[in-house]
Amino acid sequence: MDLYNNDKSTSKIKRAESVNERIPDGLFLACPYCGTQMYNKQLGAYRVCANCGYGFRLQARERIELLTESFDELDADVTMTHPDFPGYADKLQRAKDQTNLGESVLTGVATIKEQRVALGIMDSYFMMGSLGSMTGEKITRLFEHATSNRLPVVLFTASGGARMQEGMNSLMQMAKVSAAVAEHQEAGLLYLVVLTDPTTGGVTASFAMQADITLGEPHALVGFAGARVIESTIHEKLPKDFQRVETLLKNGFVDDIVPRPELAEKIATLVKFHQVTEE
Amino acid sequence: MAVNIGLKLFKRELTPKDIVKKSREDRFLAREIINGIFTDFVELHGDRLSGDDTSVIGGIARLNDQPVTVIAIDKGVDIHDKLSKRNGSPEPWGYRKAQRLMQQANKFHRPIVTFINTPGAFPGKTAEAQGQGEAIAQSILLSMKLTVPMIAIIYGEAGSGGALALATSDQVWMFQNSTYSILSPEGFASILWKDSKRSDEAAALMGLTPKDLLEKQVIDYIIPESRNHPRVFSLIRKRLDNEFKQLNSLTPEELMKQRRARFRAF
Repeated sequence: MDLYNNDKSTSKIKRAESVNERIPDGLFLACPYCGTQMYNKQLGAYRVCANCGYGFRLQARERIELLTESFDELDADVTMTHPDFPGYADKLQRAKDQTNLGESVLTGVATIKEQRVALGIMDSYFMMGSLGSMTGEKITRLFEHATSNRLPVVLFTASGGARMQEGMNSLMQMAKVSAAVAEHQEAGLLYLVVLTDPTTGGVTASFAMQADITLGEPHALVGFAGARVIESTIHEKLPKDFQRVETLLKNGFVDDIVPRPELAEKIATLVKFHQVTEE
Repeated sequence: MAVNIGLKLFKRELTPKDIVKKSREDRFLAREIINGIFTDFVELHGDRLSGDDTSVIGGIARLNDQPVTVIAIDKGVDIHDKLSKRNGSPEPWGYRKAQRLMQQANKFHRPIVTFINTPGAFPGKTAEAQGQGEAIAQSILLSMKLTVPMIAIIYGEAGSGGALALATSDQVWMFQNSTYSILSPEGFASILWKDSKRSDEAAALMGLTPKDLLEKQVIDYIIPESRNHPRVFSLIRKRLDNEFKQLNSLTPEELMKQRRARFRAF
């Protein structure tokens, strides 16, 4: 009976603890769109899925590196000073630490393939790119700066929508930014949007859908209402690519889909078409 | 200029939770309001692109002697009506109808009055495919460029971008028992605490009552309610008349500048 009573629950073969230390986290990744497993380095500098071309979510400062030759940040010090809502201050601080940003958008004047543009990049790592009052403030100031300096605006959108913690002030940003877009438009200047994964809610229902030219990154999720909300309202399952940029292209809401490595060139070409001749 | 016809606000103060409840009752109906305030209302249909959304009523009417463009979100009267209007949740072509009528008003120098009562823009499959986000975005952008006066009146619920699309105006007024918020209290609680049952708690926290919003200058005026609807309508008529006279005294450029500055302040 000893044979059966032998307690083997503590294995004699010990796993070397150092194994965990030798294999770093995030060495292998799955593409959030097509699910293909790949070695981290396969993504390359642009962090694009080798199988389907999906662009992994980037932090704003990473995108600056990939996209621009020079970048002079504007309004770096603009940040929410009175986060009153319960738990908001902690969330905000964590977002700031993680992204090295004061708000969910990075703005400035950049050179992209020799073209000077007013550039805004929203960061989905900062509270899901939600539209806080200071996010709206920075984008509004970017448009104002562009209007008075006669620059085109290039804006990369990424947002889960309104920032719940700020309530009505968040909703009012949609109108505030739109007013600045209107003035920029009336000055005859180009506004170009690049929809990146994910662009939803109040951002889709305002400045993401007000540009002269709207580009999108492959497979980016773009929509107004959340897929779960739609499914529970109409009681049916949505098709697979329902809110992907490819569907928006088919339905006529996007001008073109541009792979991430080609974006700088495409933006520069489009900006050149709209060059304002100095008088 | 104050208009006082003896109606008083807040005989007894309601809690946010109670106001949310009241705002969803059919206290006032869209057509009743239109016919109560204006005369000679002629309804105009369709967005000229994809259809006619009956949850958005639009047309031309007279405010005393002055022609005005009226746009109202309608929740419907009976159950069939409500179902076909999705309880006042417009489709993209509803917003595009509103845009068409706003442009028409601008051409003929008519002031615009909008009446809002919606839980939000409709979250449907066709709505999404037809660009619900784009429709709202363009409504807001267009409102910022209008050179005629525009006043928005919230008479029930006003939820999210679907309400804002018709409320980027020179002034926003609210009925005493109405709400204006970024999202329904249920949705708010569900996003923030993953528990839609905590909606009463959310309502208290959200600052969605007319009083809260007046304090924050999100709105400009609270309309006192009464069971005597003609009295309420008469007050609104007088006040609209007054305010449009003042707004009409501005040049189109001044008016547009003032409207943009109103939202720049947030």
